[in-house]
Amino acid sequence: MKACVIVFPASNCDRDMQVALERSMGAKVDMVWHREHDLSGYDLVAVPGGFSYGDYLRCGAMAARSPIMDAVKAHADNGGLVLGVCNGFQVLCEAGLLPGVLMRNANLKFICKDVELMVERADTAFTNGYEVCDVIRVPVAHHDGNFFADEETLNRIEGEGQVAFRYVDNPNGSLNSIAGILNEKGNVLGMMPHPERLVDEQLGGTDGKPMFDALIKAVA
Amino acid sequence: MKATVHVTLKNGVLDPQGKAIGHTLSSLGFDGVDDVRQGKFIELNLAETDPAKAREQIDAMCRKLLANTVIENYSIEIAD
Repeated sequence: MKACVIVFPASNCDRDMQVALERSMGAKVDMVWHREHDLSGYDLVAVPGGFSYGDYLRCGAMAARSPIMDAVKAHADNGGLVLGVCNGFQVLCEAGLLPGVLMRNANLKFICKDVELMVERADTAFTNGYEVCDVIRVPVAHHDGNFFADEETLNRIEGEGQVAFRYVDNPNGSLNSIAGILNEKGNVLGMMPHPERLVDEQLGGTDGKPMFDALIKAVA
Repeated sequence: MKATVHVTLKNGVLDPQGKAIGHTLSSLGFDGVDDVRQGKFIELNLAETDPAKAREQIDAMCRKLLANTVIENYSIEIAD
């Protein structure tokens, strides 16, 4: 298992992601600057949270056009695992790796709190440490987490079972309370809540840890 | 050559910022504003001198970066 975390200007959850992965792997996780072009040799690429490029134009819009993103797309096309959290989810949507878009929260507020998530899929490389209908508690911290897709796309996402997590109590106006989605092949996951922030009891809980443990097992 | 691009939310896409602007306008006493939609205005200064070619270039810019066509429409104006 070899993993890396992509770093954009103004990524700020990159080191949390690195720590979470290293804890589960017991091995070093590389940080890859967004101007790089090569991701060969990696099993898992994580796109972290933050405010890449100051959220200019649209959240994730600039980062999605960074040089490294061609390599991220190629990695995903080859079946490699990609995990995008928060800004990383926005970047993956903007890059076309995931359907839909994350809009301004319906109540216009920056939301920073723990939320409950219902696990919808437990048969993926990301989520098989959970059971379907498990409720986990994970923090969100975003201004633009309001998932939107046109009706046809939304029906397809639901029909194909691409929703990985749903909010128990929808905080941001996301359609169908969607908190995290998979691509069609199931090797790319984007989610607004931050599992990497809950991998240690001393930080308030370990509900995020099964995701990283599952990822390590998936490619072991 | 100067060009401008307007990026607007598609009909049917919720615009919470537009709604908030509308609420504030009515609290300031501006009655009779039925709906507010907000968008973006982008000004470009291009080296291209042929309007048709410029439009083609800007259209590609809109599709690749300036607009997210999942939720946004765009219109292009080229100054004479």
